[in-house]
Amino acid sequence: MNSKAKKRNKGHIIIYIVLFSGVLITLLPFIWMLLTSLKTQSEAIRVPPVIFPAKPVLSNYTDVFRDVPFGRMYLNTIISAVVTVAAQLLLCSMAAYAFAKLEFPGRDIIFMTLLAVLMVPSSFFILPQYLIIQKMRLLNTIPALFIPNLFSAFGTFLLRQFFMSLPSELEDAAALDGCSPFMTYWRIMLPLAKPGLVSLGILTLRFAWNDLMWPLIVNTSREKMTLTAGLAYMQGQYHTNYPEMMAGAMMAIIPLLILFAVFQKQFIEGIALTGIKG
Amino acid sequence: MKKKQMSRRKRSHILYGYLMIAPLTAGLGIFYFYPFFKVFYDSFHVVGAFNKTSWAGLSNYVTMFKDPVMWSTLWNTLRYVLVIVPFTLALSILLAALLNTDIKGRSVFRVIYFIPAITMSTAISMIWRWIFNSDFGILNFFLSKLGIRNVLWLSDPKTAWITISIVAVWMNVGYQMIILLAGMQGISRSYYESASLDGAGRFQQFFGITLPLLTPTIFFVLITTLISTFQIFDVIYMMINSKSLAKEASQSIVLYFYRNAFEYSKKGYASAIAIFLFVIIMVITAFQMKVQNKWVNYDQ
Repeated sequence: MNSKAKKRNKGHIIIYIVLFSGVLITLLPFIWMLLTSLKTQSEAIRVPPVIFPAKPVLSNYTDVFRDVPFGRMYLNTIISAVVTVAAQLLLCSMAAYAFAKLEFPGRDIIFMTLLAVLMVPSSFFILPQYLIIQKMRLLNTIPALFIPNLFSAFGTFLLRQFFMSLPSELEDAAALDGCSPFMTYWRIMLPLAKPGLVSLGILTLRFAWNDLMWPLIVNTSREKMTLTAGLAYMQGQYHTNYPEMMAGAMMAIIPLLILFAVFQKQFIEGIALTGIKG
Repeated sequence: MKKKQMSRRKRSHILYGYLMIAPLTAGLGIFYFYPFFKVFYDSFHVVGAFNKTSWAGLSNYVTMFKDPVMWSTLWNTLRYVLVIVPFTLALSILLAALLNTDIKGRSVFRVIYFIPAITMSTAISMIWRWIFNSDFGILNFFLSKLGIRNVLWLSDPKTAWITISIVAVWMNVGYQMIILLAGMQGISRSYYESASLDGAGRFQQFFGITLPLLTPTIFFVLITTLISTFQIFDVIYMMINSKSLAKEASQSIVLYFYRNAFEYSKKGYASAIAIFLFVIIMVITAFQMKVQNKWVNYDQ
């Protein structure tokens, strides 16, 4: 018995060693990013490297705002992400409810057709999407950043699964009370679908905040860029000024890190859900 | 009376049904279905100034099959897939399995491992690029203490793709680990209880119970990692600049597509490349559907 417990402890020690090395490998790049952002340029490129800045400077964090329109980029990213999340939640949940609970001719065929989008890589659509935005004369505008992303086949699929799992009795009762299908969806079913909405919202936010290729293509003027495109631009422009770029990168990742710290449970469950449903 | 009510409900279902799917369907139609066919159309055309198209027959496809850069790009992408997918899978299964034990601080580990999955790949690529910098990078400094000098992590065509793969695996593992861990936690404890009554040790339990019952989740993770790695773009775009010697040796299909479409303005040719990628993804999807029923264990 005693030897078994000993063996178990030994096993635990090995597990902890592996897990802690994982933690180190995960966190060290972030720590290095932070440390570099607090150094002066000459300190950052000193040989041999200095690990800790002798006197941490915050000037890189303000210089970013001087050298590129970082505040604008921040705002653009927030607007684009918020609009994308809000529109997807509304449009997907509305359609998902109709596909799950209402009966109308062609329902399943339309739904299956829409799902075909999921099988196509997203970059496949990007060139014609760009040409449409160009035709609409929306290149280098804020709406260009989010318009094609407002519509999601994946979100509709995810929420439809969710609505299907909800019992129909409530709706029958609402219908008898004279509620229209829209009112039933809005007042009764939507609040019940909150966990599904939270998952979709998180997945969409993660995508909208971090997407690089689309913003890079549609908006080339610095004032209309998102943070991702802005960082890419900075790297092309000031590729030697690492402390300043790291300060920009730090500020770009912080909002999602804070949201994650607050809503970790929802984030993790939201991601896990996609695996189970898939 | 009741019949009348029913038919009214039926009619309102039809009316509201169409109204409620209309915005989404219209949006997907304009921004996804029309583009889908447009790519096919463009791939048979030369797209010139002001987006005027002229018929080009199969010439874009012929160019593609004769283009040595396209072939090396395909080879690069396969190389990424062959390295990134197995390593991502192995490491995320390992970490998930370790977190699925009775150790302390599980949720803390889980949260930390997940951080790369929610951070902007653009920002992450920048820090890794700095770490891997051959002159001032911290990694080469530590390696030099071990006697390994001046590794050209990103500028040597022979090593750049490996460096990219390391970063991609680092970015993937946390996300997939979360999905695998959720799958593991879905396995009923009773299997493990009866196994340990039979005297099965940790390893036997892992290979005898966890892995077989986890096959649906592993398969899901395999397919999604496969599909996303075939489309690798951000990391390479951010870590290898367009003047780098390693540019061609590290270029992926999506990056080559991007450059043709938006840097070299060869939109017709880019469309043909997009179709090539689409075919690859379709083959994987078909494989997924076929195999899923064969070796994936769904009974729990």
